[in-house]
Amino acid sequence: MSQITRPISPTDSWPEVEATCRRILGEKICEFIDEVKKESRPESHLIAVLHRVQAEFGYLGASHLDAVAQLMQIPAAKVSGVATFYHYFRLQPRGRFLVNICFGTACYVNGADRVAERFMSDLGVQLGETSKDGLFTVEGCRCLGMCALAPVITVNGEVWAQITADKVPGVLEHYLRKTKTT
Amino acid sequence: MEGSSAPLKTVSLIIDDRPVRVPEGTTIMEAAEQIGISIPRLCYHPKLSIAGACRVCIVEVEGLDYYLASCHMPVWEGMRVRTNSPEIRQARRDIVELLLDNHPQDCQICERDGNCELQNLAYALGVRERFFAGERKRPASDYSSHSVIRNPEKCVLCGRCVRVCAEIQGVYNLSQHARGFYTVVAPAHYAKMDESVCIQCGQCVMVCPTAAFLEKPATEQVWQALADPTKHVVVQTAPSIRAAIGEGFGMPPGTPATGKMITALRLLGFDAVFDTDLGADLTIVEEAHEFLLRLEQGGPLPLITSCSPGWINFLEKFYPELIPHASTCKSPMSMISTLAKTYYAQRKGIDPKNIYMVAVMPCVAKKFEAARPEHRMPDGIPYTDAVLTTRELIWMIKCYGIDWMRLPDGEFDPPLGLASGAGDIFGTTGGVMEATLRAATRLATGKGVERVDFTEVRGVEGLREAYVALGERAIHVAVANGLTNAKIVLDKIVSGEERYHIVEIMACPGGCIGGGGQPYPPPGRPVLDPQLLRERAKALYAIDSAKKLRKSYENPAVLEIYENFLVAPGSPKAHELLHTHYSPRLPRGIR
Repeated sequence: MSQITRPISPTDSWPEVEATCRRILGEKICEFIDEVKKESRPESHLIAVLHRVQAEFGYLGASHLDAVAQLMQIPAAKVSGVATFYHYFRLQPRGRFLVNICFGTACYVNGADRVAERFMSDLGVQLGETSKDGLFTVEGCRCLGMCALAPVITVNGEVWAQITADKVPGVLEHYLRKTKTT
Repeated sequence: MEGSSAPLKTVSLIIDDRPVRVPEGTTIMEAAEQIGISIPRLCYHPKLSIAGACRVCIVEVEGLDYYLASCHMPVWEGMRVRTNSPEIRQARRDIVELLLDNHPQDCQICERDGNCELQNLAYALGVRERFFAGERKRPASDYSSHSVIRNPEKCVLCGRCVRVCAEIQGVYNLSQHARGFYTVVAPAHYAKMDESVCIQCGQCVMVCPTAAFLEKPATEQVWQALADPTKHVVVQTAPSIRAAIGEGFGMPPGTPATGKMITALRLLGFDAVFDTDLGADLTIVEEAHEFLLRLEQGGPLPLITSCSPGWINFLEKFYPELIPHASTCKSPMSMISTLAKTYYAQRKGIDPKNIYMVAVMPCVAKKFEAARPEHRMPDGIPYTDAVLTTRELIWMIKCYGIDWMRLPDGEFDPPLGLASGAGDIFGTTGGVMEATLRAATRLATGKGVERVDFTEVRGVEGLREAYVALGERAIHVAVANGLTNAKIVLDKIVSGEERYHIVEIMACPGGCIGGGGQPYPPPGRPVLDPQLLRERAKALYAIDSAKKLRKSYENPAVLEIYENFLVAPGSPKAHELLHTHYSPRLPRGIR
């Protein structure tokens, strides 16, 4: 996990802090926070709020977490504790293409680990990291429910069946070409 | 409440073949204590919420094929509990051995050696051999803070620091981050301690069973200064040191040890031994003057005391809007340090550059206070060069080889050595308030009022309020210790719900006697134990009531300082030297 420096505005005035936080999170999420704050235990919606932030921005940055902490008035340590606990929260920006390698039993025995190694060495990343050019994020997941096609990966939701280590460069090339045409 | 009027339901159960009857809702651990069995424990703390994280306190319950954590499981009717059996002892031993397996094996060179709950537990449970060997986590230590070192490598994830920070101090700087093998207790975003909302009170150091939190030591600098012939090394000791230092040498808690402490400091080689309690007297005179001025000029009231640096850090980060309410008086420590490098230096004809000022404090936040840029001479020299905690001084005395029990009593050195009883009681919650009231009644009514004991503000409870007559006025006062209690008072001030005149706030539970730099409690007693705090407080009240001199403004040493140096309370010179200012600091805490 990376060391994150302090975000939010360098001020102590609450109206300024609040305005900055609202700007960081955007209208849609702020509306949701305002809504849950009317309830008796708004902090119980923390995870729901974080899901929305991740859906909006693709990841939970330090400034997002601090803004959530300020607007919901939940201690920042608690917010970052929750965000780092759950696997599904991403703390770094996601690459343009998210490669998800299935490590379910069928995929695993059919060589998912070799596929993962090839992705990691070709892109120079570890699982959960994003390539330097910001294009590919490689992650592992549990069974995707397509065991007949094992080993399986998905890239931005598109399924690639019966992937072997040799096919990895082709997959990467396929998506690299997309970046050139658009 | 409904429950309070209904007769208390009781539950009968059997623990280790002995019948026990306890009120409904009692935990197995509490029930066992009633028959004299203290079930081994680690993450449990009586003053904190129940985590049930360490599993050391497991017991067998008949009919269940798994063990229960006795700290959080309430008893039920007819329950049959076994706290000991070969299997349960084996299971506890395995649990502790697994904790040790992920812990550095460096007991001999560890600061907590001999005083470590994990070490004691491993011995008590019979871990004599090591059967497990696995990967060990090695997260880096954080030395960024002036006061507190965070060493997650020593952490056993009991969560007591997280709970004390959130529940007792209301700071919530710490949280467990990530999960499983990678779990680390850290401030938000794994930030460094000095970039966090930490107020440096050091209560995490007190409650940590191991050495995952420690004060940043200053002993090496002090040894070096003491060995430097060009330095005139002076020391001052805070009020609460004398009430607790004896514990480090096996004296029962609450034994006043002023005389031995002074002699020990002389043997260590200090050129002069000063009393912070005189600084407390000066603080009182200045603060009473400030209070009466604010009372006449209409504010800002309440006046909030500012001696506790943990509280001041909390004020700057959590309640910046109340900064104008804080007394501008420097803390007693900073007052003595300032006078040592000005008044004393002039009298002795010593260049202040050659004075090395050491302060022995019950506090780790004082290390931060000493480093504040406000507390420096115009040429940049800090008034206080080093701050030692009570624990560090105890260690230095032992390291030197001084035989504490055989020490004769010594006395503080003039001109900064004479203190009134009002200065002595600064070390306990309510003490500053009582001392202020002693002085303010005199100043307000213009005559020496006979009343010296303001017992309504005494006690170690977290929050007390009282009305005290000041001349013809009734003064509304509040005393809070532990910042969660302080928040209650502060929120009332912010909302305007209560109009107090004076508020005393001490960051640590019980005031300085429960400070983050005080000795770890004797074996078998928990930290934050109200009884331990009461015993320490009693020592201070005993010192106070045994003195003839009990009011700050009658202290001849104080009068002399004003006559020869500061002119008068609140004079421009007093303001220049004895007062300071505070400003909001980031990151702003969420309260």
